[in-house]
Amino acid sequence: MAVGVKVVTRPGSFSQQIYLPAIAEGLGITFRHFVKNFFGNLTGQRKRTDIQTIQYPEEKKAYPARHRGLHRLMVRDDGQTRCVACMMCPTVCPAHCITIVPEESPDGKIEKRPKIFEIDELRCVVCGLCAEACPCDAIRMDTLDHAKPVYKRGEAILDREELLERGVRSVAVQGGAGAFWRERVAGTPQTLPEAALLPGGPPAGPTPVETFAPRANASKPPGTAKE
Amino acid sequence: MSYGTLAFQIVAAVAKIAFMIFAFLMPIASILTWLERRQSAMMQDRLGPNRANIGPFRAWGITHFLADALKFMFKEDFVPPQAHKFLFMWAPIMAMAPALIVAAIIPFGPPLCWGQLFEVVPGGACQQPVALQIAHLDIGLLFYFAISSLAVYGATLAGWASHNKWAMMGGLRASSQMMSYEVTMGMAVLGSFLVYGTLEPSAIANQQTHILSFNDSFQKSWGIFTQPAGFLLFLTAAIAETKRTPFDIPEGEPEIIGYFVEYSGLRFGMFFLGEFLEIVVSSSIMVTLFFGGWHWGAFIDDFLASHLPNVAFVAVMATAWLIKVFVFCGFQLLIRWSLPRFRSDQLMQLGWQRLLPVSIVNVVVTAAIILWARM
Repeated sequence: MAVGVKVVTRPGSFSQQIYLPAIAEGLGITFRHFVKNFFGNLTGQRKRTDIQTIQYPEEKKAYPARHRGLHRLMVRDDGQTRCVACMMCPTVCPAHCITIVPEESPDGKIEKRPKIFEIDELRCVVCGLCAEACPCDAIRMDTLDHAKPVYKRGEAILDREELLERGVRSVAVQGGAGAFWRERVAGTPQTLPEAALLPGGPPAGPTPVETFAPRANASKPPGTAKE
Repeated sequence: MSYGTLAFQIVAAVAKIAFMIFAFLMPIASILTWLERRQSAMMQDRLGPNRANIGPFRAWGITHFLADALKFMFKEDFVPPQAHKFLFMWAPIMAMAPALIVAAIIPFGPPLCWGQLFEVVPGGACQQPVALQIAHLDIGLLFYFAISSLAVYGATLAGWASHNKWAMMGGLRASSQMMSYEVTMGMAVLGSFLVYGTLEPSAIANQQTHILSFNDSFQKSWGIFTQPAGFLLFLTAAIAETKRTPFDIPEGEPEIIGYFVEYSGLRFGMFFLGEFLEIVVSSSIMVTLFFGGWHWGAFIDDFLASHLPNVAFVAVMATAWLIKVFVFCGFQLLIRWSLPRFRSDQLMQLGWQRLLPVSIVNVVVTAAIILWARM
């Protein structure tokens, strides 16, 4: 069986066939980019150039607001952890990276609290199931940060205090406050979550209330780092 | 040590060789290894390597070439078990040496006037000139072709000795490509030979005293104006000789890696540096043939020669020549990062069916014009 041969006639005028005009045009484009970026970079006016590079250690790009990252434990009004050691998160965790040892809380209104709360950030697969499973809004992954590089594996295991360091007061109503908590909350309006978001700021409390402001070490604008 | 004695000539030759290698070829080739990455990055809206700083000394990342050299030195010098050891060891040297040897014929500045170094010496008044050219060869350009075509042995032997199919293929491609474009290159230079009537590079350069002169049948103009087609042909062939994109068939990074696929460490570094040395050398040949060598037009030359002491004049002109060469190196990098690569058969087609006929026509037309001008 004969193989069909299709002869393709290349389109193109003489000026296309000698390549030179197209080569000159291409060189012009690349040279224009080079000149713009080179002199812009040399004079320190990075914003005027087309350079897309982010020089990582000096410049950082902010993660998007819904980024799942490093864990934190949220706190109550008095600075205690919101966690009631219900063991939901270690149960749901597919990587078995959460360790909780519960203990009895000295606070009469709270039944349990974690004595040990450890998360191995090296084992964590950043799926976010723990934050979804939490009934108390105690564990979150919204630090807009990632697990830090460490020299020893043990340093990647965050304990309760390290997790609480990043925690702020949640606007969610604390569960486990006993029956008729709605009525009690209604009697003390300053602890209402809405009150915390008033323009005048949160009521004076022992801990800051969560806000959606950018994290403290957010990225500097590009161009500030020394070339 | 008086002028003209054997000892003087030996000392002068050694000094010129040292300058050529340590002050010109090696620094520029080394900087080009960094510049290639930095310039391509700038062309592609990136920043490129900018931080191999030595303490606070950063200098936009120029020190990257030192880091590269250090890295190459500490890498394993791997020789494949089945390789031909002797040729495998020698191939990088064979690839790098021709570029260094060819540099001997390049004139890099006006003659130094021995004994009148600190006096103002107008053109032609020099009593004891020391030509800034390592070897004054009357066969000049033939020597260039003879030696630079030896570079093909480096690639071919590397491909053969590696005992690797891909390296072999790269070596074969290198030999076919370099031989094909050698022909065009020779033909392109033949035009300059006809115009200037000599093959000696410094004699060619010294005729191009004016940038563009309409007297003397253009013979005092830069080669780019007397031989524009010759320049384009030579440029194309020279890029093909250096085996870089758009003619990087022998290396073929997306497909066969090429003749140095089995090389590592400093031996790979020699291939790498050899490539950039070839760029520098071909740029300086281009400057000599088509852009007047160290000349910047009669007006500037005469003005500087009659106002500066000789040694300063020589230094200024040599620097000016260096800038010309550097611009051409940058231009070759610009081409390498702008154009897409050819296919192997397209490369042969371009070389034999397009460039060679055009170069022959160029020679014939040039000869006819010269004949007509002299009648």
